[in-house]
Amino acid sequence: MTPADAPAVPGAFDGAFDTATLRPLVPAVIGVLVRRGADFATAEDAVQEALVEAWRTFGAPASSDRGELPRDLKGWLVTVAWRRFLDVVRSETARQRREVAVELEPERGPAETADDTLRVFFLCAHPALTPASAVALTLRAVAGLTTRQVAEAYLVPEATMAQRISRAKRTVSGEAFDRPGDLATVRRVLYLVFNEGYSGDVDLAAEAIRLTRQLAALAGPDGQDPETDGLLALMLLHHARRPARLRDDGTLVPLADQDRSRWDIGLIEEGVTVLQAALAQQRRGEYQLQAAIAALHADAPSAAETDWVQVVQWYDELLALTGSPVVRLNRAVAVGEADGARAGLAALAEVDPDLPRHRAASAYLHEKDGDLVTAARLYAEAAGLATNLAERTHLTREAARLNRAAR
Amino acid sequence: MPKYLILKHYRGAPATVNDVSMDQWAPEEVDAHMKFMDDFGKRLEDNGEYVDAQALSPEGAWVRADEQRQPATDGPFAETKDLIAGWYVVDVDGWDRAVELAGELSLAPGKDGKPIHEWLEVRPFYGAPSATDA
Repeated sequence: MTPADAPAVPGAFDGAFDTATLRPLVPAVIGVLVRRGADFATAEDAVQEALVEAWRTFGAPASSDRGELPRDLKGWLVTVAWRRFLDVVRSETARQRREVAVELEPERGPAETADDTLRVFFLCAHPALTPASAVALTLRAVAGLTTRQVAEAYLVPEATMAQRISRAKRTVSGEAFDRPGDLATVRRVLYLVFNEGYSGDVDLAAEAIRLTRQLAALAGPDGQDPETDGLLALMLLHHARRPARLRDDGTLVPLADQDRSRWDIGLIEEGVTVLQAALAQQRRGEYQLQAAIAALHADAPSAAETDWVQVVQWYDELLALTGSPVVRLNRAVAVGEADGARAGLAALAEVDPDLPRHRAASAYLHEKDGDLVTAARLYAEAAGLATNLAERTHLTREAARLNRAAR
Repeated sequence: MPKYLILKHYRGAPATVNDVSMDQWAPEEVDAHMKFMDDFGKRLEDNGEYVDAQALSPEGAWVRADEQRQPATDGPFAETKDLIAGWYVVDVDGWDRAVELAGELSLAPGKDGKPIHEWLEVRPFYGAPSATDA
């Protein structure tokens, strides 16, 4: 049987198996263990070990002595993880020579709920954690990645990431599992994961989208949590552009120059559908508004044909909501497109000049205004202030282009 | 195998032969330069000699604790200051190979497609004492 004709339900096929099949089950399984009385940190370790066990048992090549995949993979994981947890508790208890404090045999029956899964999300994004710790813990305990994969994705040594994760677990270990948390903190963490993009063998953007989908489903049926849907739409609309964002050599292609035929139409359509349902709820938030702007770009056949007037209107609303200086900067560029370079420069004059992209925006608007010499100088300055090499190369190239044109 | 650091400088190295700032090149020359650097890194990996490569922003500052034990900064860096741009760490047979690699890197193309002949700093790492030391 090929993966293509395998049923969509994980656990019900005997085809290609990899840990990606299991990873969506991880937060629910942790939730079950915690509900049965396990502490979060030990439960999380036990579930990771159960994943390794699953890989050993079912991941072997088909020709060898591979175990048969159980129909109920989640039940299998719960059983194995709970056994691991008991092993840990027993050995610790033996070491401490005192009575077992927890009930060792779990009760049978429905022991988990969607709320428990959601609480694993909340705990991993707990406000007591630094953003870096929340991201790391979320990728391990919610996404089910190994410490090594998380370390590779963030280009740090595995021992460093292991330490970061175990400190994070200690930080949240005293927190009540039963209390509902704040969806906004979870959304922020998932947005950070998405922004990291991809390096190593884990596609963090795709992973963030998967988790946001899961969060949106947990937070309520369609449209009950419009901001999480807004975040999902924003991610889908950005992800759709990815095939056109980078050249083969890793340099950036700005939005205006992207080959729009390479955008992923399927993702755009899904993003727009999700966004429309969210906006219809009339409870707007910043992710919905950002997604609305991304949707207008996605909808335009070219940069010139973009509905810039509407883009500016969305930026106005976003600015009123957030007061963010970065929004003010992006708005100034959009004003430049809608009302001309002079209007854009006037809007930019209201923006803090120390913002990272201020010079690049100013260069762009000056070029649009026909002042190539100033634009070239500003692009060269912007290159020196860039925060990544792809951006620096792009800005240097823009300066080079204008210096040649101005000669 | 010993490790060496091959250091690139924004400023502070002896002047290069083809010394024109990058924004004065043609855009295609910028592309060619970046491709050369990219290929160089890939070649090191293919050779089994690559350890690490990082590029540094020219931004930053000097930091020290002041008399109140609080961090005090001095920066941005003065124009006269030696300024490191980035590095490769290579694990190679010895000094001669490290010098050979730095020589290749020095020939990165610049303005008019001509090699820059940039000066690179090559520095040996102190390794761990070997099992037969002392």
